[in-house]
Amino acid sequence: MIAVAAAPARRPRPTVRNRPNAVPAVAIAIGALFVGGLIVVPLVSVFIEAFSAGAGAFASAFVDGYTRSAIALTLEVAAATLVCNTLFGVLAAWTISKYRFPGKALLQSAIDVPLSVSPVVAGLAILLAVGVHSPFGGWLLRHGLRVAFAPPGIALATMFVTFPYVARELATFLQEQGRDLEEAALSMGASVWQTFWRVTLPNGRYALLGGMLLCNARAMGEFGAVSVISGHIRGYTNTVPLQIEVLYNEDAFAAAFALSAALALVTIALSLLRNLAEHRARR
Amino acid sequence: MRSRDAIPGRALALGTTLTIVTLAVLVPLAIVGLTAAGMTGQRLTAALLSARALAAFRLTFGASFAAAAIDAVAGSYVAWLLVRYRFGGHALLDAIVDVPLALPTAVTGIALATLYGPNGALGKILAAHGVAVAYTQLGVGLALTFVGFPFVVRSVQPVLAALPAEFEEAAAVLGASRLATLARVTLPLLLPAMLAGFALALARALGEYGSVVFISGNMPLRTEIVPLLIVTRLEEYDYQGAAAIATVLLLASFALLLAINALQRRLIAARGRA
Amino acid sequence: MRGPAAVLAALVVLVPLGAGADSSVKILNVSYDPTREFYAAYNVLFAKYWKAKTGQDVTIDQSHGGSGAQARAVTEGLDADVVTLALAYDIDAIAKAKLLPPDWAAKFPDNASPYTSTIVFLVRKGNPRHVRDWNDLLQPGIAIVTANPKTSGGARWNFLAAYNYGLRSNHYDDAKARAYVAALYRAVPVLDSGSRGSTTTFTERGIGDVLLAWENEALLALKEHPGEYELVVPKTSVLAEPPVAVVEANAEKHGTTQVAAAYLDYLYSPAAQALACTYGYRPRNNAVLRGCTTKFAALDLTSIEKFGGWQAAQARFFAEGGVFDQIYQPH
Repeated sequence: MIAVAAAPARRPRPTVRNRPNAVPAVAIAIGALFVGGLIVVPLVSVFIEAFSAGAGAFASAFVDGYTRSAIALTLEVAAATLVCNTLFGVLAAWTISKYRFPGKALLQSAIDVPLSVSPVVAGLAILLAVGVHSPFGGWLLRHGLRVAFAPPGIALATMFVTFPYVARELATFLQEQGRDLEEAALSMGASVWQTFWRVTLPNGRYALLGGMLLCNARAMGEFGAVSVISGHIRGYTNTVPLQIEVLYNEDAFAAAFALSAALALVTIALSLLRNLAEHRARR
Repeated sequence: MRSRDAIPGRALALGTTLTIVTLAVLVPLAIVGLTAAGMTGQRLTAALLSARALAAFRLTFGASFAAAAIDAVAGSYVAWLLVRYRFGGHALLDAIVDVPLALPTAVTGIALATLYGPNGALGKILAAHGVAVAYTQLGVGLALTFVGFPFVVRSVQPVLAALPAEFEEAAAVLGASRLATLARVTLPLLLPAMLAGFALALARALGEYGSVVFISGNMPLRTEIVPLLIVTRLEEYDYQGAAAIATVLLLASFALLLAINALQRRLIAARGRA
Repeated sequence: MRGPAAVLAALVVLVPLGAGADSSVKILNVSYDPTREFYAAYNVLFAKYWKAKTGQDVTIDQSHGGSGAQARAVTEGLDADVVTLALAYDIDAIAKAKLLPPDWAAKFPDNASPYTSTIVFLVRKGNPRHVRDWNDLLQPGIAIVTANPKTSGGARWNFLAAYNYGLRSNHYDDAKARAYVAALYRAVPVLDSGSRGSTTTFTERGIGDVLLAWENEALLALKEHPGEYELVVPKTSVLAEPPVAVVEANAEKHGTTQVAAAYLDYLYSPAAQALACTYGYRPRNNAVLRGCTTKFAALDLTSIEKFGGWQAAQARFFAEGGVFDQIYQPH
């Protein structure tokens, strides 16, 4: 695991230089221009395009039945993903931060693997693992559960892609906290379970929240992996990002950007909340 | 006998964690490799060494390297600004850095494709100067630069902030210009972090799909990235062909990250010795 | 374990979606790429008809994509109640997977094809390349847009229409016909996975000088982008018969056999035939054809039988290692 980048983004206070000359102003302007051109302009264009056909067109984009199904599916998949990845994340964070065992770095690297896997490859992996032709998929089908080209497959692919987020955020925080609190609680007679619930979890609640927010944002926006396993059935297996693609390819640009603007607002808000949670965790 | 400060439950916790990680991550990826392994040598060659596949690999790796390199420079620069200076709009700039991470890739994709397309606001201006972005390799590089940017900034920021000021102050006392200080003192100290950011941006770029497919034009031999080639093979239900290309992408990405990691460790070790 | 997690996810997602009452029914129509607009309109028409006839509310979900890819998806588990695809071979593939009977083509009139179509050219306004017929497609420097025959049905009709021209203009010399299509496909910069994708590449992305398209796609493009394009009808082309079928295994499982069969049956009704006509499909019903506002050009149409039927054609041209694989080298 790349040690430096393991620490989640911090917001360090700037070290102030009291040298009032023109260089900082120019330097900052160059930086702002670069960031503005690269990032702000496309971001703003999403909202401009969303309202390019008027506020009425913007609103009517959300009335469409297929769009509503897509929103419902995205929310359901994100919820399922959040539950599963949080359960795993808490377990993994506990394991990594409270125990000594050989190969810890290897385990952490293994958990991080989905971060460096292309979403398309992730979708392919899930498809090959639970598709109709695979042994597991065939078994599921015989028991009436269709996974590929259906919402469960979409959930699985999304879970794969967002697998490390909660684990990373919480594990990093708990590792910094050490084991003192837990050892103290245990020595006072608390069970492991009690220690976990009453000591560890409350201690790490903001880091946990941050990880969950990040997982959720990423899950709602996932495109490549879902695209591979979805089947693109309108009204059934199109998530919001897929529906955006459908609208865009059908030249319904105002609707595509309206949906994009809404989704972007949600994921950016989640991201900002996550930064706040992280800030809170480190206070 | 259990040592006094051991927390109980290790076997269960570790066992369950390992099982989940194996089943959730390692097994599906192994299946990809196994699917490819079932191919005959001839089919494997055709799948991986065709002109189309080679062009896709060249484009993906080339554009990803270029984008990550640009991000390494620009991202470090912006990290520098955010850490060293206080200015009006500091918080805003800081927040904007995260946007490419927070924005869903499909939204990024259609935004860039529309903005830089032949009828887009920026596309029209650039076309007037003879520069085509949409449906060219330049467009691919642009999208990849966009998505990799935050990784470098967030890698360099904390390290820069934690740098003891003494080094730079000592250099200033000794009469070094600011630029020299930057080059000889700060930069070497930042190199591992920059490398880490570069590696993360690179890993992201290699596998990026949603941000690129709308602006690239997806023309074989010209603007077709590897993830798209995988999707095309899947659409043709050539599972083995898709798995073969995916396996190569996985192995190459892991190898690259390991190499950069090793380089990073060498740098840190060398610095420690110096 | 991933198992319980998958079941949990499935329950979270499927339970709200699963409820099926008798007063409402839902079917999935897996179709080929260009038919989005037509089926959107037809589904409204059919729902009204079915409600009036049986009092039942029917919802029709649509999935669109390249015909070959869609057929494969159905065999891989896409839960279609009906398929409305671009060519008979794709439905045969579903029959081979035992999801519908091998005599599916006899279940509905006219080889189970309620309408026909053909392949024409779409060019830019003013026809700057002066494309009039198939031989004009070999001009130096021209760029032709067509879809990927491995996934798209329209693309396979395109290929056969081109090969047909190659045969007829060379006294049925196969080698010369091959040379013709090889030269043609050298001029193709990108293969989309479906005909609609090709149309988008040509119209939205501005790539290419000529689009090889379904007649209905070309007519739709003219309607949606008035004044920007022209339709060029070559002298010869293929008779495309896009067929339909009930995926009986799935319909039985869902209990939708009756409504699915009625859904396809109704495509032959005068109302539906007239609707098809307005969307650029050539109706089977001659009375409707005569009274239709869309004027279809007369051209010399060759049927798939001239190629020995779809089984033979698919094996010869589009299977792995077939003629298409041999001649297609993107550059």
